[in-house]
Amino acid sequence: MSPYLRALSAILQREALRFLTQRERFLAALVRPLVWLLVFAAGFRAALGLSITPPYQTYITYEVYIVPGLVAMILLFNAMQSALSLVYDREMGSMRLLLTAPLPRWWLLFCKLLAGVLVSILQAYAFLAIAYAFGIRLPPMGYLWVLPALLVAGLMLGAVGLFLASTIRQLENFAGVMNFVIFPVFFLSTALYPLWRMAESSTLLRDICAWNPFTHAVELIRFALYLRLNLEALGWVALTFAVFLGLALWGFDPARGIMTRKTR
Amino acid sequence: MPALEVADLSFRYGRKEALKGVSFAVQPGEFCALLGPNGAGKSTLFALLTRLFVARQGRIAVMGQDLQQAPRAALAQMGVVFQQMTLDLDLSVARNLAYFGALHGLSRRESAARAQEVLERLDMAERAGEKARDLNGGHRRRLEIARALMHRPRLLLLDEPTVGLDARARAAITAHVHALAREDGLAVLWATHLVDEVSPDDTVLILHHGEILQTGQARDIAPENGLAAHFMALTEDAAA
Repeated sequence: MSPYLRALSAILQREALRFLTQRERFLAALVRPLVWLLVFAAGFRAALGLSITPPYQTYITYEVYIVPGLVAMILLFNAMQSALSLVYDREMGSMRLLLTAPLPRWWLLFCKLLAGVLVSILQAYAFLAIAYAFGIRLPPMGYLWVLPALLVAGLMLGAVGLFLASTIRQLENFAGVMNFVIFPVFFLSTALYPLWRMAESSTLLRDICAWNPFTHAVELIRFALYLRLNLEALGWVALTFAVFLGLALWGFDPARGIMTRKTR
Repeated sequence: MPALEVADLSFRYGRKEALKGVSFAVQPGEFCALLGPNGAGKSTLFALLTRLFVARQGRIAVMGQDLQQAPRAALAQMGVVFQQMTLDLDLSVARNLAYFGALHGLSRRESAARAQEVLERLDMAERAGEKARDLNGGHRRRLEIARALMHRPRLLLLDEPTVGLDARARAAITAHVHALAREDGLAVLWATHLVDEVSPDDTVLILHHGEILQTGQARDIAPENGLAAHFMALTEDAAA
């Protein structure tokens, strides 16, 4: 096995072990979308009527509509959680251990990013299984088709988190940033309501939602769950991933970015 | 060939100059104590030596490998113990070592054999299955030193490794690392502000305000156990 793959395997195993030892984190990650699904969606079911829009070919209940958005929500929260633990690792010093390994820094950061995404995909599947148990059935093959969409969307959100981790100097600042990022990103997207619904209230908000990369992550997942590829969403997600990964690598470059600023 | 060669190294945080033209070398088998009061620039120097930062001026070479030109080859020759603890407390001693071994390209089998070897070297073989969280401060530090030796580096860097330890643990760790230099031919750079960790045969570098003020063998710099007084006098303005 090459040193690259050994490092990847070690980082994946470490994240998996940490995940298994942090059961509370796993439960918390599941409770959040389940509350939305079982409480919020049930309450809004009557209030929010939905017309037939792709990829749906028939009328659907609101619970069915928000499942892809809640899956993306799991990826989003996990990406921010990973970014938080990166800031923590940097403050506590364990990030140094990783960055002094004799491998290119971009590879080490990519391994870390991928490990976080794989953990969040496990959580997304756990959520889909619980939703299934509550009667929310999706096309059986959709559960398989959605896997690459989850990977790409997770990488994009993880890259945004990595970028934030590279710019935030202290752990204390992170909570504020998370509120500024997570809530606008989630609510200004198609996770909870379709674009045409948003347009009825405000065309400006509709445009913001349409530009929001998280909307494209949600739509990529939504279409994949119904065995369809949304190329436009894939393009936006891939572009956002490339831009934020580039910015994050710049931020972690030892000759530039945050690493050369005094943090003590 | 020196295990570590630093030439004309300078670094600044914005307008504040943290290191000014620092030059020194550490030979294989040499225990070099980098003495400096708080704020002298020791941690900045370590960040540069481990490539967490990159200096715009100066050169660092590890076993002849330029850290800027060939970072991976240079880092592969280097073991590091950071001032802050960098163990994964929820993992066992063996898993902490295996993780580090994999980051340095060791196969599972090689890693297990090396782990056994380094734990024996540090008198910790019986603790391989314990969780890092269950170790006391002295053993955690010893584990970090064992981990830094996993890939058989030729240079060992330790940034104030005895911070927070009691006198007995400090003495044990200092003795262990001196033995690594003496018996295994390892080059050691040991940053500290505690003069009692330095032996008469050690090389001493006194760093103050980002500059090397003095270098030489401890017994030559200050004969008859006068190193503490000499160090205080040399860096007096820092304490004021």
